[in-house]
Amino acid sequence: MIQLIWDGLFVGSFYALIALGYSMVYGIIKLLNFAHGDIYMLGAFIGFAVLTSVGGIPASLSIGALLVVMLVSMLLTGTAGVLIERLAYRPLRGAPRLAVLITAVGVSFSLEYGISALAGPNPRAFPIRLEGNVFVLLGARISLPQIILMLIAAMLMVLLNFYVEKTSTGRAMRAISLDRNASLLMGINVNQVISRTFFIGSALAGAAGVMAGAYYGKIDFLMGFIIGLKAFTAAVIGGIGNIKGAMLGGLVLGFVEAFGAEWFGGQWRDVFAFAVLILFLTLRPTGILGQRVTERV
Amino acid sequence: MTVVLEVKNLQIAFGGVKAVDGLSFSVDAKEIIAVIGPNGAGKTSAFNCITGFYKPSSGAVLLYGQNITGKRPADIAAAGVSRTFQNLRLFPDLTVLDNVRAGMHLYGGQNWLDAILHTPRFKRSEAAYTEEAHHWLDFVGYSGARGVPIRNLSYGQQKHVEIARALARKSGLLLLDEPAAGLNYTEKRDLLDLCQRIRELGTAIVLIEHDMGLVMELSERIVVMNFGKEIADGTPAEVKANPAVIEAYLGKDDDEEVSARGDA
Amino acid sequence: MSENVDTTLAPRTTRPPASPISRLFESKQLGWIALAIALLIPLLIATPYSLNVMTTAAIFVLLASGLNIVVGYCGLLDLGYIAFMAVGAYTAGIIAKAFDLPLIFTIPAVIIMTVLAGLIIGAPTLRLRSDYLAIVTLGFGEITRITANNLSITGGPSGIFGIPGLLKIGDFDLQEPAVFYYVTVLVVAAFVLAAARLGKSRLGRAWRFVREDEDAAEAMGIHTYKVKLMAYIFGAVWGGFGGILFAAHLSAVSPQSFVFLQSALVLMAVVLGGMGNMRGVVIGALVISLLPELLRDLSTYRYLVFGLLLVVVMVFRPQGFWPARGYEPERMGDVSDRRLAKGTVR
Repeated sequence: MIQLIWDGLFVGSFYALIALGYSMVYGIIKLLNFAHGDIYMLGAFIGFAVLTSVGGIPASLSIGALLVVMLVSMLLTGTAGVLIERLAYRPLRGAPRLAVLITAVGVSFSLEYGISALAGPNPRAFPIRLEGNVFVLLGARISLPQIILMLIAAMLMVLLNFYVEKTSTGRAMRAISLDRNASLLMGINVNQVISRTFFIGSALAGAAGVMAGAYYGKIDFLMGFIIGLKAFTAAVIGGIGNIKGAMLGGLVLGFVEAFGAEWFGGQWRDVFAFAVLILFLTLRPTGILGQRVTERV
Repeated sequence: MTVVLEVKNLQIAFGGVKAVDGLSFSVDAKEIIAVIGPNGAGKTSAFNCITGFYKPSSGAVLLYGQNITGKRPADIAAAGVSRTFQNLRLFPDLTVLDNVRAGMHLYGGQNWLDAILHTPRFKRSEAAYTEEAHHWLDFVGYSGARGVPIRNLSYGQQKHVEIARALARKSGLLLLDEPAAGLNYTEKRDLLDLCQRIRELGTAIVLIEHDMGLVMELSERIVVMNFGKEIADGTPAEVKANPAVIEAYLGKDDDEEVSARGDA
Repeated sequence: MSENVDTTLAPRTTRPPASPISRLFESKQLGWIALAIALLIPLLIATPYSLNVMTTAAIFVLLASGLNIVVGYCGLLDLGYIAFMAVGAYTAGIIAKAFDLPLIFTIPAVIIMTVLAGLIIGAPTLRLRSDYLAIVTLGFGEITRITANNLSITGGPSGIFGIPGLLKIGDFDLQEPAVFYYVTVLVVAAFVLAAARLGKSRLGRAWRFVREDEDAAEAMGIHTYKVKLMAYIFGAVWGGFGGILFAAHLSAVSPQSFVFLQSALVLMAVVLGGMGNMRGVVIGALVISLLPELLRDLSTYRYLVFGLLLVVVMVFRPQGFWPARGYEPERMGDVSDRRLAKGTVR
């Protein structure tokens, strides 16, 4: 039981980190960025590339190396996010939603098979592997890497929350998500703020990608597909567009999945997660923390 | 006279704002009624409640005595209400004829199997649709290409098509949301004439309009709204003389802000 | 009243001048020409390999025409379309194998199952906003595949093999590659024609109305939810027939055939060809399925190219390479006689 809660919490923090990007982008330009899961994959591969080019890393330095690689990866995936927005999504602002969604699918496809063409279609072993002692707390097996990764994730989320709530850019983001035209009239540089949103969301996904690589030890070009779907589920559960909701949704999904896998068997884990998504969309599309919006005719 | 539409104490609130707060009026067959009021008075919200796009918080809408409150828009349309929208809502990529055919969806006359097999029934039905579409375009006095996408048309032409589409619905009640907006003097005269001819078909009209000249000349009765509340309901002459209406439009004497709207 | 209406005086709008090529492309005979070409090709090249490739391409055309109903006509983005093909293929395979029946007798069961699948997927999701719908269909596609992978009735990860052929009467076996190719082409042609005809009917118009403006469609009395569900069900049935042909073609079904990549490829065929235009979609499907065969050396990059192409097309030519035509004849004959005397209101 405690073990399940702990596992759920751990996986959930990954989901939350990726769900944030989904939710922020959706909140600000009402775009479902299908490629977001692939940014996570890109982050893992950038980490892989950096580490392999540096050469062997002694195990004692692995935590420090991980942090450095993570920062590099965040910077690059953030930039990739900005570029994707600039080249693929911005020209379509105001276009029918269908066109934008299809573009996002195209971007996702390009990222996946671009990496596959560069790095090969087979899974790669991540150069550093976090090793650590497992200790037992209240009956749950907990490892040091898990705690470190969760701390990093939590720190990133606290920073993000501070940024959105306290800085002027954060305020601008919230303003744009309420009314883009009014924000424009108030002198907010809307394009710049949207770019920053993409940067932050993509950087968080990139960080999650490096962390996942270091934890699971194996990466491949389709690793972002399922987790992208899960992160979207998390964002919906929490209330899409809502930053705290995304964090909450990630954790909730982590729990639900851990328990679902326990009850129905591990092979039904993904089915269970999607079933939760469909249930939420049907019964409460605004999620736990979302607000009901009346659509104007 | 049969009563076509009856609106009883209609209310709707968005958050804390009561957009429509106790609106009641009724429409007899072949009657032309105008709903007027300053911008933001809740006129369009009232239309949206009547046609089912918003669910009213309370009150009732009766069509031919039958309660249609809160039904979905398609069912209300099928019951006999057709409408136009404040900002044209046509199907921009489809042809003029197809847009008018949209109003005829409820005629039926063919099913999917007819369509796949191209049965004689299907061909007859398609020919009837086309003929009828031309008829309504002629009726509203539309002069322009008919086989081209709507997006190629001028604003005035699009307004014509939208009314033709609503007429093709052949319902006993037609709701027009600001039909004269953006029209010049001649076009407004044509609209006046068109409304008279629609009435001769046996259709009652409720219109939201800011052009007071048009409203006074056209309508039998006028319903005046302000801040969601109904402040007057009567003949043009009565409404003109009503102090509450004058106040709503011109403000009180001691008001700093005098907002004269329309031609009132 | 309308004597002043004279369409000959009306401004002729920006209709592109008809070149001989575009006239050929718009001609009504084009479908028959294409069918004739498809039927004649085996006389030129009939190696087992080429027949295999062409049969696969024909099945792909069927899938694209089905998805075109959902995405092109109705504007609903379905990212798990291949799931319907999976339902069709598995239903046909399981029943045919269990009762040792020729596949052709599984058609009623496949229709029932795919309609059910369409209802199950469509009913809860079609009320959602279009972008939610996209991701839910994606989830459903994955659920279908994972379920097939985990159940024992579907044969688990290895799937079902040794599925009986379509039909065999005496020595005449539809399963013989060249014969099967002809059968496939004819079936696919019939379905493509049916889909195109649906597009030009009352129901097809309703789909387009929903795609263009749901509120306006509702205001005209179109029950948008029902109409969308119809599009979904038709798409599902088309996919189900694709599944039967698929099962017959390979005589085996396994979960690996129904990954997201396949759904995405069908979607690309529809989008690149021109959403809503059946002719464009057929061409798009042929290009997507045959091009990789012609460019074997570039196989590493083909999906990358497809993905980039999707973005480029959406940014620069969102209507696809061969967009749906937005024009129709002005007037049929003289209308002046029948304008008069029309009873109208109820």
